[in-house]
Amino acid sequence: MSAIANIPPQFEIVDQPLDSQMTISMGPQHPSTHGVLRLELVLDGEMVVKTTPDIGYLHTGMEKLFEYRKYQQGIVITDRMDYLNPLGNNLAYVMAVEKLLQIEIPERGQVIRVMMCELQRIASHLVWLGTHALDIGAMTVFFYCFREREKIMNLIEAASGGRLTPSYFRVGGLMMDLPAGFERRVQQFQNEFPKALDEFDKLVTGNRIFQKRTQAIGYVSAEDAIDLGLSGPSLRGSGVALDIRRANPYTGYETYDFDIPVEHSGDVWARYLVRMREMRESHKIVQQTISRLKPGPVKADAPKVVLPDREAMKTHMDALIHHFLLVAEGVDVPPGEVYQPIEASKGELGVYIKSTGGPKPARVHFRGPSFVNLSALPQLSRGCMVADIVAIIGSLDIVLGEIDR
Amino acid sequence: MSELQQPESNTKVSQPVATQTPSQIAAALQREQPNSVSEITTALGETTIVVARAHIVAACEFLKTTPGYEFNFLADLCGFDRGPEEEPRLEVNYHLFSTTKHHRLRLKVLLNEEDAHVPTVTTVWRTADWHERETYDLFGVIFDGHPDLRRILLPDDWQGHALRKDFPLRGYEPYSLT
Repeated sequence: MSAIANIPPQFEIVDQPLDSQMTISMGPQHPSTHGVLRLELVLDGEMVVKTTPDIGYLHTGMEKLFEYRKYQQGIVITDRMDYLNPLGNNLAYVMAVEKLLQIEIPERGQVIRVMMCELQRIASHLVWLGTHALDIGAMTVFFYCFREREKIMNLIEAASGGRLTPSYFRVGGLMMDLPAGFERRVQQFQNEFPKALDEFDKLVTGNRIFQKRTQAIGYVSAEDAIDLGLSGPSLRGSGVALDIRRANPYTGYETYDFDIPVEHSGDVWARYLVRMREMRESHKIVQQTISRLKPGPVKADAPKVVLPDREAMKTHMDALIHHFLLVAEGVDVPPGEVYQPIEASKGELGVYIKSTGGPKPARVHFRGPSFVNLSALPQLSRGCMVADIVAIIGSLDIVLGEIDR
Repeated sequence: MSELQQPESNTKVSQPVATQTPSQIAAALQREQPNSVSEITTALGETTIVVARAHIVAACEFLKTTPGYEFNFLADLCGFDRGPEEEPRLEVNYHLFSTTKHHRLRLKVLLNEEDAHVPTVTTVWRTADWHERETYDLFGVIFDGHPDLRRILLPDDWQGHALRKDFPLRGYEPYSLT
């Protein structure tokens, strides 16, 4: 493989094996594999010669199931893919359907979508930070991260009624408007969060053991990262300033002021720093969305697509008819195919939907960032120690629910 | 309010002097390799090029290496089954992206059921590896020249290809790992 040239010299030892290579199986019940991932490791002493990920333990045939469900029923399936970033999955899916239907959603709906997605991104990164540090041996961080995440989970619960599976975004808008006093609650979180971030920085970033465990581990160059399809923070840790929110803006991200954190060393440490700084950027975006929240509709004016208000159904005949037809027969989506990419917390989440007409999609495919990032693991883990494998997996921030689908 | 000002890093990203639209790039590919392109469609803001099977690697190489196009990132590769009575039955979609120009393009290869072979593009982008394994696993498309074409999501001894339209949702029989 041509990529060997890019491996730092201290790892060259792989090519002169000792006489005792052995193959061991790591997982699928290993706590540091973030789910049910099995790795087939060929070891030379404690050195990893070859890593072969074995996935599929969580495969539940979601893409098949989409083809047997109406478009609006598919939203709840997306929640269960990347269960740390369900709102991101909702967004990618409903945006793809909205693109097929060519409907625009109103300003307030867009702003709320951005706000919820950025809160979700912070929550997702908090789980990553907690588990990543836990894998490396810093247990305390986990509890502090989950304390902060709990606040976001409460916000998501207040808006949608669900914590892990919100299904808050619907085709044509949102499930419902934000509850009263929601801005105040978000503002309270906003006021508290920078202090918590500083706390994490103190706990982890300056920790010399953590630095030793992450620096110069799992190196990947920018060219290799692009070739391997890495995206999101894993790509930006290699010095590529690519963010779909900027490259192919959606839901008005082009109007928000935020930076794209980039690190150049390409190792676990760089990917760590990128995600830590991304939480601050998301925090900035949420602050901007609060000031932009103006009263207005949150659903598109498309009665054949969007469920009518509960009150209107009690007084308006046509609202009742539309509700009945939508629930019983679904939306008639014109034939066509779309690929809708978004910047999820883990990288490029792409949804491919093919419609041949009718209320059910002919094909729904999710390009999960975790799936592609994990496929780079054999490359990243060449020549590292066994204990570094968990650090590298943690730095890729994978969720097996999305990989196996 | 400073929210509406254009962020700096937006301008820092190198933008070519005359960026070509995906449909212009598709037309250029047709000029360059007239045998490979059989159809170009632009719908819903996305351009799709139907590429002849034998020329898919050459077309990908051309789009990846030509300055100004630079599709250096294979965002996605997925299959689609049109149904058992359709001919050609299977589709393979390649979603290309450029990390420098930020444009996107879809290539499509149409395959017959009996002859579901297509050359691998792992030689162009290494990320195609798992995508092609997944498409093989779920649709039975064989990627010639792939370094390790095994099932990826379903068990090795699984019968059939689950995402084909004639495969029942609940399978033929309860699957047991023992």
